[in-house]
Amino acid sequence: MDGSQTQVAGGEMIAVRRLTKRFGTPASPVIALSDIDFTVNEGELVVVVGPSGCGKSTLLRILAGLLPQSQGEAFLHGTPISGPRRDIGVVFQAPVLFPWRSVLGNALLPVDVQRLGRERLRARAMELLKLVGLEGFEHRFPWELSGGMQQRVALVRALIHDPALLLMDEPFGALDAMTREQMNQELQRIWMERRKTVLFITHSIGEAVYLADRVLVMTPRPGRIADILKIDLPRPRGLEVMNTPEFGAYVKRIRTGLNASGGIE
Amino acid sequence: MNTIGNFLLRLLFIVLLLAVWEAAVRLLEIPAFLLPAPSAVGMALYRGIVSGLYQEHIGVTLSETAMGFVVGCVGGLLLGTCVALSRRFDYFIYPIIVMFQAMPKVALAPLIIVWFGLGITSKVVNAALVCFFPLMINTIVGLRSADEDRISLMRSLAASPLQIFAMLRVPNALPYIFAGLEIAMIFALIGAIVGEFVGAQAGLGMLIQSMNFTMDVAGQFSILLILSVIGLLLNMSVTLVRKRVLFWDPASRQAGIKPDRL
Repeated sequence: MDGSQTQVAGGEMIAVRRLTKRFGTPASPVIALSDIDFTVNEGELVVVVGPSGCGKSTLLRILAGLLPQSQGEAFLHGTPISGPRRDIGVVFQAPVLFPWRSVLGNALLPVDVQRLGRERLRARAMELLKLVGLEGFEHRFPWELSGGMQQRVALVRALIHDPALLLMDEPFGALDAMTREQMNQELQRIWMERRKTVLFITHSIGEAVYLADRVLVMTPRPGRIADILKIDLPRPRGLEVMNTPEFGAYVKRIRTGLNASGGIE
Repeated sequence: MNTIGNFLLRLLFIVLLLAVWEAAVRLLEIPAFLLPAPSAVGMALYRGIVSGLYQEHIGVTLSETAMGFVVGCVGGLLLGTCVALSRRFDYFIYPIIVMFQAMPKVALAPLIIVWFGLGITSKVVNAALVCFFPLMINTIVGLRSADEDRISLMRSLAASPLQIFAMLRVPNALPYIFAGLEIAMIFALIGAIVGEFVGAQAGLGMLIQSMNFTMDVAGQFSILLILSVIGLLLNMSVTLVRKRVLFWDPASRQAGIKPDRL
């Protein structure tokens, strides 16, 4: 299961070693993550897929520095993650926009927090807004936008300070199926243009296979990685790729892995 | 609903009500010291304003209310912020404040007159004491109500606690604070009037008192009218500011008034 370490492209960006997370009291602990091991290479798009309660969000929160682990270690560029870091961008399931800030203001939130200079990064914000198709909306307010548009603003906000790593926690889970497919296509396009390292979390097997270079399959109770598979589908992938037998085979393999471990979706 | 026809209908209804009142007083020969006719109230209002008497007392009451409002609100904001931010403050000081609040402030007014005199200071103190509490409570609730996701977002950006406070908690608390300000505005007016009832040299409350002694009921009615107009204008001024500041708040974007959280 550690075949992932023989990757070629880029260097190792994330290394997770025997990561364990327990909640609850020492007397009756709930094991959310058990001995998680994996790596993510520079510029790679890795998707973690698993049913609700398998600990995938906990994993992301630990990598974002929002939650301390119980045991083991997570490294980013060789340094252990011990708290929130400025070289990570996070996209949550909800857009989490501030209604008192305009679209541009929301996109520039990390710039304000990290005092990077609004003037300097304003042009970059406009460029990113254009990249996600929100040109002309920069002075609108979040409540004037659709759910998909709000999540695009959240994506721009996560990219504005040029983080080395993008963590995405079921970012399109709250969107309707058609918007979701569209957002997946756009994410692929943006990723191919910018080549960020992305760790993407989802409970949709189709979404995982469509997006990923590699898929980590997680199963619950205790949360652990049941399978890691490389997705060899040519990019850019159109939506029609979902109808190919190769795609079907990947989906089937993941589903079998989940079922075998009792983690049925 | 808000057509010109309906507006005229509303006006007509008020006129009709006043006519019935006037007719009832005249036909039933109700004595003026029990219930004055609207015409008598109008005359009292006219005389009071022409002589310049009312303006002088309106000025006194308004400045007491305004100063009390400012002092009370600054106090409410500061104490509310301390309670919301400091667990220790919440644990040790907050119960004392609540205990103090449980006591009816009106009962305190005579003491405040003794301490601060018959002048304007005692009314300012009284108004401030009455209006600080709703603002403090709303400040506490507002500062504490920041959404978990938003806090996570700020933390993921490595924001300091001060930044989370200034960039998230404060704007998030504004709708609550403004709801508190609306209540505090009216409470400050009540506080000032009560203070004037108990002992004062000037002000609308004192005027009502002295008219009561001379059985000038029409005069009292005219002052009540002035007070309700003042209350309305004060409330409207806060609402106006709120609508400009809280353009992003759903409750403010609609015309409705935010439900009070008391």
